[in-house]
Amino acid sequence: MIELQCPMPKFDFDVITLGHGSGGLLTHKLLQSGVFDILKNDLLDQQHDGASFQLNGKVAFSSDSYVVSPAFFPGGNIGELAINGTVNDLAMCGAIPQYLSLAFIIEEGLTMDEFWKILVSIKEAAQRANIQIVTGDTKVVEKGKGDKIFINTSGVGLIHSKANIHHNNIEPGDKIIVSGNIATHGIAIMSVRKGLEFETTIESDTINLNHTVKNLLDQFGNAIKFLRDPTRGGVASVLNEVAELTSLGFELDQKSIPLIEEVEGACEMLGLDPLYVANEGLFIAIVKNEIADEVISVLHDDENGINAAIIGEVTEQHPAKVLLKSKIGGRRVVNYLTGEQLPRIC
Amino acid sequence: MKYLSEYRDPELVKQYLEQIHHITTKPWKLMEICGGQTHSLVKNGIIDMLPKEITMVHGPGCPVCVTAVSIIDEAVYLAQQANVIICSFGDMLRVPGSHKNLLEAKAEGADVRILYSPLEAVQLAKENPDKEIVFFAVGFETTAPANALSIVQAHKSGIKNYSILASHVLVPPAMEALLSDEENQIDAFLAAGHVCTIMGMEEYFPIAEKYQTPIVITGFEPVDLLQGILMAVQQLENGEYKVENQYTRYVQREGNRLAKQTMNEVFEVSDRMWRGIGNIPQSGYEVNEHYKQYNSRIKFSLNLPVAEENKECISGDIMKGLKKPFQCPNFGKACKPEHPLGAPMVSSEGACAAYYHYASVQQPEEAL
Repeated sequence: MIELQCPMPKFDFDVITLGHGSGGLLTHKLLQSGVFDILKNDLLDQQHDGASFQLNGKVAFSSDSYVVSPAFFPGGNIGELAINGTVNDLAMCGAIPQYLSLAFIIEEGLTMDEFWKILVSIKEAAQRANIQIVTGDTKVVEKGKGDKIFINTSGVGLIHSKANIHHNNIEPGDKIIVSGNIATHGIAIMSVRKGLEFETTIESDTINLNHTVKNLLDQFGNAIKFLRDPTRGGVASVLNEVAELTSLGFELDQKSIPLIEEVEGACEMLGLDPLYVANEGLFIAIVKNEIADEVISVLHDDENGINAAIIGEVTEQHPAKVLLKSKIGGRRVVNYLTGEQLPRIC
Repeated sequence: MKYLSEYRDPELVKQYLEQIHHITTKPWKLMEICGGQTHSLVKNGIIDMLPKEITMVHGPGCPVCVTAVSIIDEAVYLAQQANVIICSFGDMLRVPGSHKNLLEAKAEGADVRILYSPLEAVQLAKENPDKEIVFFAVGFETTAPANALSIVQAHKSGIKNYSILASHVLVPPAMEALLSDEENQIDAFLAAGHVCTIMGMEEYFPIAEKYQTPIVITGFEPVDLLQGILMAVQQLENGEYKVENQYTRYVQREGNRLAKQTMNEVFEVSDRMWRGIGNIPQSGYEVNEHYKQYNSRIKFSLNLPVAEENKECISGDIMKGLKKPFQCPNFGKACKPEHPLGAPMVSSEGACAAYYHYASVQQPEEAL
């Protein structure tokens, strides 16, 4: 649970109402004594329609909307998810994230206490990732037209001078690495979903990965060929996309895929294949064969990569297909996720 | 993971495979009844590890897949009634009816809820006394006890706004229908372990005897399946036709008495339409006379026209074991999990969906 390090300011109201999104006095009050204050920085303090700043170099730009249900889940809440998600998308481009925008769509009735908790976790996530939130928006919709709160964040980052992340760089023989245990976030969310609640100690692993990625790029440069965070659709979907883009084959070894036993158990119980379960705080790296072991040892020294593992390799065989060698030695195709996707997990 | 990893032990798998390879001398067609078994065979890549003489045929044991179009139409009709909340297992929502599926009805404003247990539906009825709650009760003998229990509980609590749309199907009559089909090619059955956990073994003795066909009650993990296959092939090679129990850790000869008692209290055996197979006499459960106020068909005076099956879908041939999914001209083309022509492509336990998701490596390229 997040400890409230910032005391909540005294508001005249207990819940967000339609008036808070009207652009009038209530909006002003909410922003002044809430959002602007807690997220304070020079660019945001300009309180203009947008932020003006200088960036020198090649830039990455990314945007994502967050509708996770429930908004508070074991190990985090929608606020930090919205920051980490866009920060990580930028990092996967080989960029050092710099500035983010932050837009709320709030359903009337969200308690001020909940909103404050979300704001605090946004602030902490921004600090961890070393980025600034420089512009934003707040809208309020009628009760029943939303699900507590939706958040959109967009961000820009400067491409790392040594980075050359592109699927065209992938070659047969390259190794496929995951930075940690798979499926943890998706199962943490499932465990608290209405109608499905089950007792577990599994917590979401949502975290910013930009420092971890920067460290890898500093050391290995363009030998890190490709990066992706396998959020919705899981590891299987990302690898299928890359296999299709490169027309190369991807071969996974089931027994080397890291997975918490409790997550594996929950997947068994719910009839889910962990390869398709959503992740946060996890990335896939495709790296030159020669540096794969070194990358793993660097990751093992990083708190976000303790469970990193080589899970397979790229091959010329079976082009555009992902194959899995099962624990018992059988082989099967790992296809795209189709049909029932776990609803709204990021 | 205890009670699972033991049954996925690569060393045991290797030993069973060696034994199967060692004893197999002739071509045999084995049908696994249950969709869960199909899923496990394909997902673990077992089919490609078996001797080429052994063909696994995927049986009709996926309740979503065998639910007739007419019953989907009934569910959609009920969902569209004002004041009705229809509750269903998730997979049923995408199964195509004659005109639409439950997911489309939901998008148009019907109140359709995905639940994981019928007892949740009873709770929903308690919380919404001014609504009619309908539970779409699909499944084989495995889900029947909980569905029966929901009616017993509703009755005991005096809940009147709850009913079930029973779509229950029974395994032994379907096995008989397959065996008595002129085109039958099945040499032996792996019977469904979970169905037998409830029902026991008794019903299978006369079938094995009458059709001179080995039946091995089998579990769902790789070691279970390989041991079941080994037992069936052993019988076939020896010219035997017995009922054997591989799944001894759960299945007892008399089954689960309490579960059967609850089912008998609430249900009666009735004729049932099976998708792709047609009407099979005495192959389903319907709510009995005593509890008829909990039967949605009676409560809502359902009398819809019998719907026609989609002729492009060869699910009947798939479930009879006459064709493999990739022998269907529509497989992976006009028929995919995101727009299924028939039910075997909908449920994760359907043979077509299992092949689509976890396709065998040896499957022809053009079928992928």
